[in-house]
Amino acid sequence: MSARNRELTALIPVAALLTAGFAAVFAQENASLDDASLVYGAYFFAICLATHFYLRVRLPDADPYLFPLVALLMTFGLVMVYRIDADLARDQANWFVLGLILFALTIQFLREYDVLERYRYTIAVVGLLLLLAPRLPGIGEQVNGAYLGVKIGPLAFQPAEFSKICLVVFLASYLREHREVLIVGARRVLGVTLPPLKHFGPMLVVWGASMFMLVFIRDLGSSLMFFAAFLALLYVATGRFSFVAIGMAMFLVGAWFFASTVPHVHERVEIWLDPYANPQGSGYQILQSIFAQADGGLFGKGFGQALITIPGTDNALLPAAQTDTIYSLIVNELGLFGACAVVLIYMLIAARGFKIALLADDGFSKLLATGLTAVFAIQAFVIIGGVTRVIPLTGVTLPFISYGGSSIVANFVLLALLLLISDRARRESRAAERSGALALEGR
Amino acid sequence: MNRQIVKLFGLVVVLFAVLIGFTSYWSVFDAEALKEEDANKRPLLEQQQIKRGRILAADGTVLARSVPKGSGDSLRYVRRYPEGSLYGHPIGYSFVQEGDSEFEQFHNDELVGNDSEFTSILDELRGRRQEGNDVVTNLDAEAQAIALEDLREAGFGAVVAIEPQSGRVRVMASNPPFDPNRIPYDLTELNENELETPLVNRATQGQYPPGSTFKVVTAAAGLDSDTITPETAIDAPGSLDVQGQELHNDFDEDFGPITLDTALTNSVNTWFAQLGEQIGEDTLSEYMDRFGFNSTPAIDLPSDQVETSGLFEGGELLGPNDPVDLARVAIGQERLAVTPLQMAEVAAAVANGGKLMKPQIWSRVIDPDGRVTKRLDPSEYSQPISEETAAELNTAMQGVVSEGTGTNARIEGVAVAGKTGTAETPYNESCGGGTDENQAWFIGFAPADDPQIAIAATVECTTEFGGDIAAPIFRDVAESILNGE
Repeated sequence: MSARNRELTALIPVAALLTAGFAAVFAQENASLDDASLVYGAYFFAICLATHFYLRVRLPDADPYLFPLVALLMTFGLVMVYRIDADLARDQANWFVLGLILFALTIQFLREYDVLERYRYTIAVVGLLLLLAPRLPGIGEQVNGAYLGVKIGPLAFQPAEFSKICLVVFLASYLREHREVLIVGARRVLGVTLPPLKHFGPMLVVWGASMFMLVFIRDLGSSLMFFAAFLALLYVATGRFSFVAIGMAMFLVGAWFFASTVPHVHERVEIWLDPYANPQGSGYQILQSIFAQADGGLFGKGFGQALITIPGTDNALLPAAQTDTIYSLIVNELGLFGACAVVLIYMLIAARGFKIALLADDGFSKLLATGLTAVFAIQAFVIIGGVTRVIPLTGVTLPFISYGGSSIVANFVLLALLLLISDRARRESRAAERSGALALEGR
Repeated sequence: MNRQIVKLFGLVVVLFAVLIGFTSYWSVFDAEALKEEDANKRPLLEQQQIKRGRILAADGTVLARSVPKGSGDSLRYVRRYPEGSLYGHPIGYSFVQEGDSEFEQFHNDELVGNDSEFTSILDELRGRRQEGNDVVTNLDAEAQAIALEDLREAGFGAVVAIEPQSGRVRVMASNPPFDPNRIPYDLTELNENELETPLVNRATQGQYPPGSTFKVVTAAAGLDSDTITPETAIDAPGSLDVQGQELHNDFDEDFGPITLDTALTNSVNTWFAQLGEQIGEDTLSEYMDRFGFNSTPAIDLPSDQVETSGLFEGGELLGPNDPVDLARVAIGQERLAVTPLQMAEVAAAVANGGKLMKPQIWSRVIDPDGRVTKRLDPSEYSQPISEETAAELNTAMQGVVSEGTGTNARIEGVAVAGKTGTAETPYNESCGGGTDENQAWFIGFAPADDPQIAIAATVECTTEFGGDIAAPIFRDVAESILNGE
């Protein structure tokens, strides 16, 4: 079966699942089945089908599993968000469509994605400016003590979501060019392999950017996500574990320093270590997140059965259920099994992403695919880890599931880039096979 | 670079496995403990969407019921207590924010209808909302009111009345009371009231010196262990030197050689002190165990709201090998601290021919369709003393009421058996630190020849004697219960 036919086959059960999910929510709310779930399922399938045919034309050789896997995540997101609030789900569906439009545009205009290399410094500056934007007077917006949002007129978005793509593009390009010197120029000092000082500069910039985020944007989650992606790329590019160790040490020292001096960061860490210290105040969200999971058990309470607000009031029982803590809501309603399914989907996406990196021929494609996959996987880890108290809870979104336009649109751009790399890599490897076969025949 | 990419994927797999590990821990392995957390209101909130069953007195008086608030998704039930403070103890309360206590907490599963997984799945399939069961108690509405009324006049304290043959708790009153309807508004204030501690159920949590009521336990141990017979005479001088300190009778009265009847009727300290030393620590301790001392009473209230009775040092129970002044233990002094519930159990065991039944407040559970699904099956806790010993004690205790310190407990036309107690509690901070305050007691049962009710009544921080202030409470409550039958 060709790659695209496999994609098409995979999309059918996804659409069926979405239909079933909506049917379950309707059944819970109205105590009766409703045709609407079929209608929603049909819409969803039509949109996926349109995307599929677009891919068939533009990227016939691209990885066949990534899009169905992402559609599966969107299914979880749409059903869960709908279950919280139908209006929010309508927004989410619109963003899904908008995300796919940007997805198509990216594929249309960045077919030769090597051009990104040429503009790498511009892209890096854009990325940094995007990060800075929430602190700019007039357009910056503070949410829960962190400067995450930008509001220009009616348009509000979270620039960090787009900034992560810019930074990965820059790093992939920069490391592609300098990886040789980084490896060759390395010196051993006191048994530790250090990168050459000359090329240390850009790394310090990245370190500085993540520290900046920690202190001024107060976005611990994005800071963690960016720096981890940077270390992943550095490791893949140079193969030097010591570089990663040094980077990690720098991050930890920086994080420790700011955690003990900046109140906002300090508080986050304190809550993480001892949420029971203030169960009604600062520890409320993480505790309720864990209590919601405890309420779910193995199989969960079923769609629409979990409590999100305190009955009779508008007070949240599970704060930020549609964004930060949506994973806890999934555990609550679908149980440990549902949660395992979600984590497994992220793992499969990561597997496909790294597979693309393995197949890719040139250094830039390899590093770009690695970076995009890593930043995506780490984002999922940072927020799921946050709500399960593996790490301090921060406000990054759960890709393709959390309510939020910026996250969905940015991640569809990320997906488009991955498919672009995949299409080229698989076409080339197929061509190589064919020419190999021809060579054999000619002998 | 491919090798590094594969390794990086390996790291991602490990990280995701950690996520699964933590999710499993919270959602399955640690879930039960998390549901018990005070900060976790989820179980209570979910229960509030269920119509909780009513709690009823024996005569059907509604003690607690749930009323609906809101509708649809925001429908929830709020608890109401029509009798106000009269049943604050032992019924307790149940609210979302404030949690639950006492009977409401102990019988939570029945009240919310968590009968079995199977029936609830069946109900769900039938599209029926989970509904709670009614729980009927043994509490006697009239006698409960009289007990609290009497206590209000006498002072802080408690009354416990138990049906000896079945262990049914007919009265459990504690003064000062609290109104459970006020809990959502006044919980903090009530908790902080350390002077009056209205949320403490004194019947099960008040740890008081038993004074001379403990002589019933000493006499029981003496008779049952054959240390003495009802005919054994012990010389009872006006005072004794025990461990370097004088131990006196009231007014230093010298009784000479007397038997149990006279000694109990006049509550002769020097007589019982010598008996205690003759019985020995091991034997007395064993009899205390049999009566239920040194372990949490088997009543249907949360175990953290029921105190153990026994000898305490710095809040810790003393064991049978710890050195004690046995002569003073025998007369209810030393470091003895007992609950009114425990002393009512002592009286009930003697009344029931030496058999101690488990005290129970609940009587039956009625499901939403009106069917009785569970009924109290009275069960024996222990047999601390033989029937013969019980009969001998019964006779001696009748003397206390007919001609001794307990004459105020007399009931017209009914033989009453009992024992008074007055423990001096000088310099007690909760009594204001004065020198004249006593813990006044009366324990007993009636009718002595066919016991229907066994009662312990106690008043704290009073300047009066047990026979004067506690015995009349016993009389009123016993009369009410006997007349009601």
